[in-house]
Amino acid sequence: MNGSGYFALLRLTEPEIIVALTGLLVLILDLSFLRRTSLAVRFRGAVAAASIGCAVALGAIERLPAQGSWMAGMLVVNPLTLLVQAALLVLAILILLLVDSARFTRHVGEYCALMLFATTAMMLLVSTQNLLMIFITIEFLSLSLYILTGFDKESRPSAEAGLTYFLFGGMSAGILLFGMSLLYGISGSLSLGEVATAVNRSPGDPLLTIALVMVVTGFGFKIAAAPFHMWAPEVYQSAPTWSATLVASSSKVASFFALFIFFYLGLMGAAGNAARGNYSIGWAPLIAIIAVASMLWGNLAAIAQTSFRRLLAYSAIGHAGYMLIALVIHSRQSFVSLVYYVITYALATVGAFGVLAALEEERVDSIADFRGLSKRAPGLSFCLLIFLLSLAGIPPLAGFFGKFYVFASALDRANHSGLLWLVLLALGMSVVSFYYYLKVLKQAYVSEPVAGAGVIRVPATTRIALWIAAALVVLLGCLPDLLLDRIAAALH
Amino acid sequence: MLAWTIYLSFIGAAAVTFTPGKSAAVARLTALLTTLAGLFIAIVAVAHDPSGHQINIVKAPWMPRLGIEYHLAADGISLVLVFLTGLAAVAGVLFSWNIEKRVKDFFGLYLFLIGAVYGVFLSFDLFLLFVFYELAIIPKYFLIAIWGSTRREYAAMKLVLYSFAGSALVLAGMVAAYVVSGQRSMSLEALAHFSFSPHFQMWAFPLVFVGFAVLAGMWPFHTWAPTGHAAAPTAASMLLAGVVMKLGAYGCLRVAMMLFPRGLDPWGFRVLGFGSWQQVFAVLAVIGIVYGASVALVQKDLKFVVGYSSVSHMGFVLLGLMTLNQIGLAGAVYQMFSHGIIAGLLFAVVGRMVYDRTHTRDLGELSRMPLARLIPFAAVTFVLAFMASIGLPGFSGFVAELEVLIGSWRAFPWMAWIGGLGILIGIAFSWRALQATFFGEPTTTAEQVVPPMTLPERLGACLLLGSSIVLGLYPRLLMNLILPGLNGPLFEQLRRGDWR
Repeated sequence: MNGSGYFALLRLTEPEIIVALTGLLVLILDLSFLRRTSLAVRFRGAVAAASIGCAVALGAIERLPAQGSWMAGMLVVNPLTLLVQAALLVLAILILLLVDSARFTRHVGEYCALMLFATTAMMLLVSTQNLLMIFITIEFLSLSLYILTGFDKESRPSAEAGLTYFLFGGMSAGILLFGMSLLYGISGSLSLGEVATAVNRSPGDPLLTIALVMVVTGFGFKIAAAPFHMWAPEVYQSAPTWSATLVASSSKVASFFALFIFFYLGLMGAAGNAARGNYSIGWAPLIAIIAVASMLWGNLAAIAQTSFRRLLAYSAIGHAGYMLIALVIHSRQSFVSLVYYVITYALATVGAFGVLAALEEERVDSIADFRGLSKRAPGLSFCLLIFLLSLAGIPPLAGFFGKFYVFASALDRANHSGLLWLVLLALGMSVVSFYYYLKVLKQAYVSEPVAGAGVIRVPATTRIALWIAAALVVLLGCLPDLLLDRIAAALH
Repeated sequence: MLAWTIYLSFIGAAAVTFTPGKSAAVARLTALLTTLAGLFIAIVAVAHDPSGHQINIVKAPWMPRLGIEYHLAADGISLVLVFLTGLAAVAGVLFSWNIEKRVKDFFGLYLFLIGAVYGVFLSFDLFLLFVFYELAIIPKYFLIAIWGSTRREYAAMKLVLYSFAGSALVLAGMVAAYVVSGQRSMSLEALAHFSFSPHFQMWAFPLVFVGFAVLAGMWPFHTWAPTGHAAAPTAASMLLAGVVMKLGAYGCLRVAMMLFPRGLDPWGFRVLGFGSWQQVFAVLAVIGIVYGASVALVQKDLKFVVGYSSVSHMGFVLLGLMTLNQIGLAGAVYQMFSHGIIAGLLFAVVGRMVYDRTHTRDLGELSRMPLARLIPFAAVTFVLAFMASIGLPGFSGFVAELEVLIGSWRAFPWMAWIGGLGILIGIAFSWRALQATFFGEPTTTAEQVVPPMTLPERLGACLLLGSSIVLGLYPRLLMNLILPGLNGPLFEQLRRGDWR
C-alpha cells in the first residue's frame, strides 16, 4: 500500500495512533475518575488501561498491510518494522506491568502517558526512512525520556539525572542535526534512498566525512556507546527504576534499529572496511573503533562498580559495543543478528530492572544489598540468575545465541579472519562481563542474608512480568529459530 | 537409551530442588537413585554393544536455519567416559552423605553438573557439545562457593573464570570452523570429514586445543586446579578432578585434534627449537607432569598434594594425546578413566574420611595423630589409592601410564624419560603424604575419638577401588571400546590412512 493522502497515513500509523490515544485516555482517566481514589487503585487503573491499549495496538499491527510507504519513505511499513514494533509493544506491556507496583509519585496518569508517548515515538522511529522524521522522532523520544528520568520530584538525584540527560541529549541532537543537514546539502533530499545515491556518486567527499563523524557522534550519544556514554550511569542510577527500564531496554531497541537502517540504507556507499588486510576508510572502521572502546570501557569499568544500577549501565555500554560489531559488518545476516541480539538483550534488561523494581521498598542499590536474596525471595533470585546469565552469554539462554550469531556473521564476512581480532576481543570482554555478573549472583546465592532480614513479598504483577521475561529469554535461547525465522523472513 | 543418562540427571536435579519439605534423607536418596540409574544405563549400553563402534542415539533438527542438530551419539571413547561419569557420580553421592547445609540445593546442583557432563560426552554436534560444556560451569561455581572450605569464593571465581576464558577460545574456533566449512552444519561427523585448509587449521587448532586444555589442567593454565580442588567440598573435588578435567581432555581429542589434525603438522620453521604445535604441547604436558609432581612434593596441605598430583597425572593424558600414535592415544583415554577413579578416591579419603573427622589437612598436624589406628579403613584405602596412583601393576594407572610412555617413546624418546622421572617424583610425594598422614609419630597421648567409618564411605571406596583393580587386571574391557573408537571413521584425518 503506497500513497500520500491523509487516509493512507492514518491507515499505516494505526498502531501508533492507538498507543498515542491510549496515552491521552490514561491521562483523562486518571485526572477525572481515579483522582479521588488511593494511589494503588490509580496505578492499577492507569496501568490496566495503558497495557490494554498496547495490546490493542499489537492486534492492529497484525491487521496492517505487510508493505506500505507514505510520501517516499517518510513512513515505511514492512514486515521488519512491524516485527520490531511488536517487540517494542511487548516490552512496553512488560514495563507497564512493573509500573503497577510503583508508588513514588502522585502523578500517575502523566507517568503512564509519558511511557506510552515514548513508545509511540520509538514505533515511529523504526518506521521511517526520512532524515527529518528520524530527527523529529528521536527528539520526541528523548523529550519523553528526559521527563521520565527527572520524574521523581522528591528525589534530588532524579532531577539531576534528568538535567544531565537533557544537556547531553540536547547537545547530541544538535550534532546529529548538523550532520543530517550536511547530508541534505550533499544530496538535496531528505530521503535515505536519495542520500544513498548521492553518497554512491562521491564517497570521498570531505563534506561527507564531516557529516559521517557528526552522525556517528549523535547516534553514539543515543545508544550510549563509549566515549559518548557519560550520561548513562547517572541516568540508570538515579532515574525512577521504571523510567530507567524504558531507557535501558526498548529505547535501545528502537535506536539500534534506526541506526542500522540509517547507515545500511543511507550511507552504504561510504562504509569502507574494517577488516584486517582489507582496510579502507569509511564509517565501518569508525564504528569499529567505537565498538572496541565501548567493549573495553564498559566491561572494565563495570568491574569497579558497587552500585548494581551503575553496573548495569556500564554493562549496557559493553553490550552496545557487541551490537556495534553487527553494524561494522553491515551484512544482511548481521542485521538479523543485531535485531535478535537487541530484542533479547532488552528482554533480559527489563528483567534485571524488574528485579530491582520488586526490591524497591528494600532500597536496594549496592551489589551487597542482594545478600542472601535466594533465601528471602527464591523465585526472584532465580529470575535474576536467568537474566544475568543471559546477559553474560551462557547457553542455552538467549544472550548466548545473540553473541554466537553476531560472531558467526562477523567471521562469515571478510575472508573469514579479517574481523577475527574484533571477535576475539569481544570474547575476551565477555569473560570479563561474566566476572561482574557472577559477583552479583554470588551475593544472591552464596552470601547469607543480614540478620533479621525477612522474606520479601513480590507483587503479583511484577512476578508475572518477570516470569514472562525469563520464559522468553529461555525459550528464545533454546529455540532461536522462533525469532530468527521471522526476522529473516521479514528481511526478504 | 543412553540419552536418558542426561535427562534423568536433569530430572533428578529438578526433583531434588523442587520437592517440598526439608527432608535431607529424601534428597540424598533421590540423588543416589538418579546416579545409580545413570551408571546402570551406562553399563547396560556397554554390555549391549561392546564393539565400540558409533551408536546414534538421537538425531533431530534443532535450529534448522543454522543447520544445528540435536545429535546425541556415542563411540567407544564416549562410552568409556560416560561409564566413568556414572561411577564418579555414584561415589560422589556416597561420599557426600554427611552434608547437612542446604542439602537440596547441593544435590540439585550436583545432579545438574552430572547431567551436563553426560551431555558433553554424548554430543556429536559441536554446538550442542558447547552448550553442555558451558552448562557445567555454573554449578561448579556454586558448589565450591557455597559448600567449600579454604578461600572458597576466590577459588570458585578463579576456576569458573579460567573455564569461561577457555570456552571463549573454543567458541571462537568453533564459530570459525562453522563459517569456514561453509556447510551450514555443526555436526562433528560432517566437520571431521571436511578438509579445512592447512593454514586455517594451523591457527584454529591451537585456539581450540588451548581452550579445552585449560580445563584439562595443562601447564601453565593449571593454577585453577589445585586451589579449586582444595576449596571444593569432597564430592565436588571428586567430580572436578574425576570428570570435569576429563571434559577438557575429551574436548582436546574430540574437537581440536579430530577436526583440525593438520594443525599438528610441522610449521616448516623453528621457533625456540619448536617445529610444530605437537612439540609445543608435548613439552607443556611434560612440564606439567614434572612440575605438578615436584610442587606436590613440598605441599603442607594434604588436599593440595592431591590437587597437584592431578595436574601431574593429567599431564600424562596430554602427553598421550600428543604422541599421535595409536598406543599413546589409547593410553591417554585409559588414563582419563583411570585418573578419574583414582583422583576421586584420593579426594574422598582426604576430604571425607580424614578432614571431616580431624578438621585439619595440615600434614604436620596430621602426623601427630594416630590416624592409622583410629581409622584403619581410611589408611588401607589411602595406601591402595596411592599405589594405584603411582602406577603399580595391577591397578588401572599402570596400564594407562605404561601405554602413554610407550607411545611417547615412539614419538619423542627423550620425553618418555622425563615423563618417567615424573613418575619417580610421584612415588616420592605419595610416600611423603602417606607417611605424614597415617604413619606419623603420634604425640597426643590423650585418646582422640573420631566418628567411625560409615557404610556409604565403605561402599564408595570399594566401588572405586574395585573398578581400578578390575580394569588394571583386565584392561581389554575398556581397550576393546577405545581402540575401535580411535580407529573409527571420525578419526580418519588424524590417522591419515595408518597410525604413525
